[in-house]
Amino acid sequence: MFQKILIANRGEIACRVIDTARKLGVRTVAVYSDADRGSRHVALADEAAHIGGSAPRDSYLRGDAIIAAALETGAQAIHPGYGFLSENPDFVDAVTQAGMVFIGPSAEAIRKMGLKDAAKALMEEAGVPVVPGYHGSNQDPAHLAEAAGQIGYPVLIKAVAGGGGKGMRLVDKPADFTDALASAQGEALTAFGNPAVLIERYIQQPRHIEVQVFGDGIRAVHLFERDCSLQRRHQKVIEEAPAPGMTEEMRAAMGAAAVRAAETIGYSGAGTIEFIVDGSECLRPDGFWFMEMNTRLQVEHPVTEAITGVDLVEWQLRVASGEPLPARQEDLSISGHAFEARLYAEDVPAGFLPATGTLAHLHFPGGARIESGVRPGDTISPWYDPMIAKVVTHGATRAIALRALEAALCDTEVAGSVTNLDFLIALTRHKGFGQGEVDTGLIARDLGALTEAAEPDPATRALAVLGLAGLADPLVRGGITLWQPLRRTIAWEGGEAVLEVLGPGAARVTLAGVAHEIAYEGGRWWVDGKPRRARIVSHAAGTSVFGGRSLTLLPLDPLARGGEEVGGGLTLSPMPGLVKAVFVAPGQEVAAGDRLAILEAMKMEHSLTAARDGRVAEVLAQPGDQVEAGAALIRLEEDADA
Amino acid sequence: MLLKTLAVPSSDTFRSNRSAHLAVLETVREAALSAAAGGGAKALERHVSRGKMPPRERVANLLDPGSAFLEIGATAAHDMYGGDAPCAGVIAGIGRVNGCDVMVVANDATVKGGTYYPMTVKKHLRAQEIAEECHLPCIYLVDSGGANLPNQDEVFPDRDHFGRIFYNQARMSAKGIAQIAVVMGSCTAGGAYVPAMSDVTIIVKNQGTIFLAGPPLVKAATGEVVSAEELGGGDVHTRLSGVADYLAEDDAHALALARRAVGNLNRTLPQSVQWQSPEAPLYDPEEILGIVPADLRTPYDIREVIARVVDGSRFDEFKPRFGETLVTGFAHLEGCPVGIVANNGVIFSEAAQKGAHFIELCSMRNIPLVFLQNVTGFMVGRKYENEGIARHGAKMVTAVATTNVPKITMLVGGSFGAGNYGMSGRAYSPRFLWTWPNSRISVMGGEQAAGVLATVRREGLERAGSTWSAEDEAEFKRPTIEMFERQSHPLYASARLWDDGLIDPRKTRDVLALSLRASLNAPIQPTRFGIFRM
Repeated sequence: MFQKILIANRGEIACRVIDTARKLGVRTVAVYSDADRGSRHVALADEAAHIGGSAPRDSYLRGDAIIAAALETGAQAIHPGYGFLSENPDFVDAVTQAGMVFIGPSAEAIRKMGLKDAAKALMEEAGVPVVPGYHGSNQDPAHLAEAAGQIGYPVLIKAVAGGGGKGMRLVDKPADFTDALASAQGEALTAFGNPAVLIERYIQQPRHIEVQVFGDGIRAVHLFERDCSLQRRHQKVIEEAPAPGMTEEMRAAMGAAAVRAAETIGYSGAGTIEFIVDGSECLRPDGFWFMEMNTRLQVEHPVTEAITGVDLVEWQLRVASGEPLPARQEDLSISGHAFEARLYAEDVPAGFLPATGTLAHLHFPGGARIESGVRPGDTISPWYDPMIAKVVTHGATRAIALRALEAALCDTEVAGSVTNLDFLIALTRHKGFGQGEVDTGLIARDLGALTEAAEPDPATRALAVLGLAGLADPLVRGGITLWQPLRRTIAWEGGEAVLEVLGPGAARVTLAGVAHEIAYEGGRWWVDGKPRRARIVSHAAGTSVFGGRSLTLLPLDPLARGGEEVGGGLTLSPMPGLVKAVFVAPGQEVAAGDRLAILEAMKMEHSLTAARDGRVAEVLAQPGDQVEAGAALIRLEEDADA
Repeated sequence: MLLKTLAVPSSDTFRSNRSAHLAVLETVREAALSAAAGGGAKALERHVSRGKMPPRERVANLLDPGSAFLEIGATAAHDMYGGDAPCAGVIAGIGRVNGCDVMVVANDATVKGGTYYPMTVKKHLRAQEIAEECHLPCIYLVDSGGANLPNQDEVFPDRDHFGRIFYNQARMSAKGIAQIAVVMGSCTAGGAYVPAMSDVTIIVKNQGTIFLAGPPLVKAATGEVVSAEELGGGDVHTRLSGVADYLAEDDAHALALARRAVGNLNRTLPQSVQWQSPEAPLYDPEEILGIVPADLRTPYDIREVIARVVDGSRFDEFKPRFGETLVTGFAHLEGCPVGIVANNGVIFSEAAQKGAHFIELCSMRNIPLVFLQNVTGFMVGRKYENEGIARHGAKMVTAVATTNVPKITMLVGGSFGAGNYGMSGRAYSPRFLWTWPNSRISVMGGEQAAGVLATVRREGLERAGSTWSAEDEAEFKRPTIEMFERQSHPLYASARLWDDGLIDPRKTRDVLALSLRASLNAPIQPTRFGIFRM
């Protein structure tokens, strides 16, 4: 076993690897960018090395800097995590040449799987089923019709140059083929200037089922399948293992195909073979086709660990350090069912846009495995994947594991950034998903219902008001008055309420003219006589109520008033983003409304304009700067300076 | 020692006591609520339409959310001035701002423009007196037209009249007791000195005005025509005159600025006593209403009340076997050590000596005193005069008068004659004096007073050789009895600020605890007693 390894990654996966390394007595070296100096993975590791700027290309994608850090700290091996350099064969070569071990497959194996078409051909040769199709250059209609017949209906005609559904036709029966082809080719010509098409078997209710494999360079075993069908625009949202409806026969067939695939390329380490599966009827042993191989540890590996009891990172370290495969196929079995949900800082109503923010409050319940790279008070920066955590649950049956996931998500508390938590909870309550009817189109079909932004009920809001007033600690004896309670206004961003404290643990909150009686009795909150499962948490950003649909109220600074204290001369960044351009220079005269700079954020360019006439005193940001919300970008001269 | 109770909540006596107390309480509650309503709905509407916050909401929004508010004189001027000055037109009380105990004095402009009636002056001065004794920063929410002109002879010239307000401000400022004014409306003539004499002054834009003479008087005096805003508005005073320090956008902003000003006082509390963690009494304070007899003349054991007031109902009774009509002992109240002096009947010589002894103990140990006053007086009669009850009573009065530990007096029953003195009545400057609605206060009972007058008269008549029928005597006594009855009523007393307010007996513990906490903002000075007549 290695004495010391370097982890060429960040976030939750770096933390995950450190955990296992520590368990095995292996010292760890973290690497970090400017933005990650204070990150959890850096705090967790035994040593840490700075490798460059915040942008991934300046740090986590810099193989040379990472190898230099590894050599300098005396690491014997490098664990790549996932993403970044994990599937970069040149990096693998460089690590090997530097005399260290790359914890993962060989560069050759990565290269073989790196080109999708070549990989498919290779797999087809090895007897692994691939989606039947015609990708040839002969575009003669009769030839294409014959190919379609061989593939088997229904088929999909797709423009070779296509995208966005243009030039795509679904054909159910041979009689319709000619017309559909002509129409698809015509549309493809118009749209892309190229009428060429390809033909593929149409998979009616496609499911994404992948098989975890593990090889030692010669032999390989599989650790059963994961179902990752719950996707939104190809982003996995909730994964599970085993796959619902999987039969022993099909599992054996898929497992054997996956092992064959891995052994064909002499695979070493953890890998995943992704299959597309026809979910329109029951799963059939002849109804799965190879899509691609991920030559790394997957994000969703914990569900496999949960059902097999295997620590995949431990296996990675053992095999990379020269041990044979830690288990034989017959030693491996499935116990129960597991789910993983990916909790992201995402603005769901805005179309799942990545969000940023400082996690003023972060709390996870017991009863679930939490993989997270952030702590309370940490920042989700715009530089990297905005994942907050993976929430993994395991149960004896699928139903139990799913209920455990729902419960764990309901008890997860995040404040300081918007998240997809409510969306995840809605998914766990989706009827079809509960019944195991999963396919990659599920989320898109029911997106409306799944993302419905229900307003938190007034009782929750009333409790939040109490928290904002600093009275959520029920032990605080407050509000004693002689004859009648005081009526105090509590204001927050976007609203206000009247608060009357009626005694210890009792208050009345009037929202929009409606009074709500709050009491704390028997260890819980009661609103209008009804018990509430609510936790009121005050934190740096404000006050949140958790339990059910969460709500955060941001306090208003009662002193932030009047025009005199906030000068109109400062142009502030309205949100975190990248300064794309600055149009003014110090000394330049500008008029109110003149464009001063462009900020790129949330995939949009925002023009920042002068609030008043004046002369530019200072330009505080340069094109290419990443700025936080509220950062001062341009200052105009005050009257007094002029 | 754990106090035991003999109360039987299911008994008829308990129930009838309770309903009698509730009826009296309701009368007082109505009086308090009507006082709190200030000048009434119409005046309030006019007030609010000018963009002003209702006066009580100003107080509420100044204080920390959840702060207690220990209101002073909540029924002041009740039934006085023809009912024209509810609550005496000014709200006063102790609350917390940024965790700091403060005295708030807020004019209620819905009551005759917030002008000062005699009782307004008295209440304002009483609030300042408490603040000075307890070292509480003062926050004046000013919205007043100044002296009430029809009553000028009773508000302007004397020592404890209007001018004393500014004298107090200067004296307190000199002692390091912060004076903060928030000008939220008029501040005319003498009133202009409230902000001018303050350490820090905040004024609300287009709403607060400060001037020695308003536009009409200026016009009359010099012919100059000027608007109130130009003469003494917020802009003028924060930019030109320097009379005010901060300009606020509106009431809410002004109150936030005042809160910030308190936050910058850098106050530390003296550590005068050993606090313990608070503990609720073993018995429900609610039961006080059933235990205390409806009729003042019915004796009961005051320990039943103590058991419902002190932490854990624990009471270390001092000298329990001597002078038994006075109960003395140590306890804690919301964690604060206190010495309790409570009446359990008429005061005899032994009881008076015990009281003096106990007060000496507490003074030596810096333990605040709580008096539960229910006293018909010192015992009278030849035996007692001859043994020197006046001498023994004088010891107790001397001890009460000269001790420097904070004294809080709760009038829980009768307060008659010299008993009032020995039990720290108003003249003995307790830090706070609170009254239960069932109590009565007078120099003696109405019957006794009428009896004394009748005896004098009868002697006169008999000397002149006339006779006096029993009917005539009853007729002679009736007006005196009636006068005593009316004047000894607690609402009459509280209206005149003979106390700091009436309280619900069930809140005795809360009110005492808040009073103690407020008092302990000031360090306890060492006591030097006067000569005890031995």
